[in-house]
Amino acid sequence: MAGPSIDALGQFRLSTGLGPLGAAINFTNSNEAMLASAAIIVVLFVLGLRSRAIVPGRLQALIELLYEFVRNMCVDTIGEEGLRFFPLVFTLFSFILLGNLLGLFPYFFAFTSHIAVTLSLALFVFAFSTGVGFYTHGFRFFKFFVPEGVPVWLLPLLVPIEIISYLSRPVSLSVRLFANMTAGHVMWEVFAGFMLLLTASFGIFGAFASIVPLGLNVALVALELLVAGLQAYVFAILTCLYLHDAVHMH
Amino acid sequence: MIRRTAFALALSMVPAAAMAEGTMPQMDFQNPLTTAQVLWMVVIMVVLYLTLSRWGLPQIGNILERREHQIASDLAAAHAAKAEADRAVAELHATMKQAREKAQADIAKAEADAKAKAFTDAKVLNDKLDAQLEYSEKQIAEARTTALAAIKPVAADVATTLMARLTGKAPDQAVLAPEIEAALAARKAA
Repeated sequence: MAGPSIDALGQFRLSTGLGPLGAAINFTNSNEAMLASAAIIVVLFVLGLRSRAIVPGRLQALIELLYEFVRNMCVDTIGEEGLRFFPLVFTLFSFILLGNLLGLFPYFFAFTSHIAVTLSLALFVFAFSTGVGFYTHGFRFFKFFVPEGVPVWLLPLLVPIEIISYLSRPVSLSVRLFANMTAGHVMWEVFAGFMLLLTASFGIFGAFASIVPLGLNVALVALELLVAGLQAYVFAILTCLYLHDAVHMH
Repeated sequence: MIRRTAFALALSMVPAAAMAEGTMPQMDFQNPLTTAQVLWMVVIMVVLYLTLSRWGLPQIGNILERREHQIASDLAAAHAAKAEADRAVAELHATMKQAREKAQADIAKAEADAKAKAFTDAKVLNDKLDAQLEYSEKQIAEARTTALAAIKPVAADVATTLMARLTGKAPDQAVLAPEIEAALAARKAA
């Protein structure tokens, strides 16, 4: 078929960013978006912390809102001990949230749609929470895999299940974020490409008919906005939940 | 969520129509950029973590703590001021009540005093008037007695002179005296 074809996956293709310097050090376009996310967070803090007012202005209210939201999430999920992990959870949450939101803009790379990125984050969370568990409880942390109040003869069955479900945590954590972001972006691209296909195939009628995929894409913007916030929240709250398990062992 | 994830997986793992290039770029682990982006992410996130945990988040924590402090102290001050005001109002009420009672007692006392004084004054005046009346009556009685005593020789004199002028001879004093006595008595009776 001549004319446009739908290249839904091209948007995920990695290339080097930052010109020749980036090419020399393998700094990718995905890293450009990460750098932009981190920079936006830091700039928000710099601007928000300019006045340090008792009655906050808009930007100060925004970062205070973010601060208290994540802080309450930590304290509510992990308990008072959760404040130790608050900076970590905040960094993860804000980084993923900004990555998801920036990825929604055209020509911006959605780095959270890369399994390598999300799996690295998830493996870090997994390793960190397991480390916290062993650091807090020593070898007694192994008892985490032995459910309480279960008949002894069931243990040979249950302990492997517990271990498998524990080990599958990084997989589900990473695939959830990766799949949600990828799916949204693929759908956008498919519907947008469909508009071009309609116009190329049916001329003026196709152009009019493409109002349908356009409407779908507009609706998808709202959905993806929700998903972007929700998936960042889910990642952060699951991190808190794993840390809770590591600290409290139940 | 689960259904969406499943759908997303199905859509992203097997997008036959969309797989123009053959494989998903995300699954292309032969590409050195796939792992390079993770290394740079580690660098970016470590810097971001250090910036936020050392500088950004403690600053906000300080602001929030300061605000909480300020609100707590302002509230305490307001409570103290309200207690103070309540006490002052109670004190004012008590003082007003006391003053009203005292004023009423003063009024009652002044009234009683005035009544007593008026009573004694009136009594003194009455006594004085009584005394004066008595004295005057006594004086009047005295004067009458004196006048009555003086009238008899005058009447005898006049009668003697009249009789002498009418008859040419002096009347007999023994006859005249009882007549005058009777006339005076009749006059006094009238």
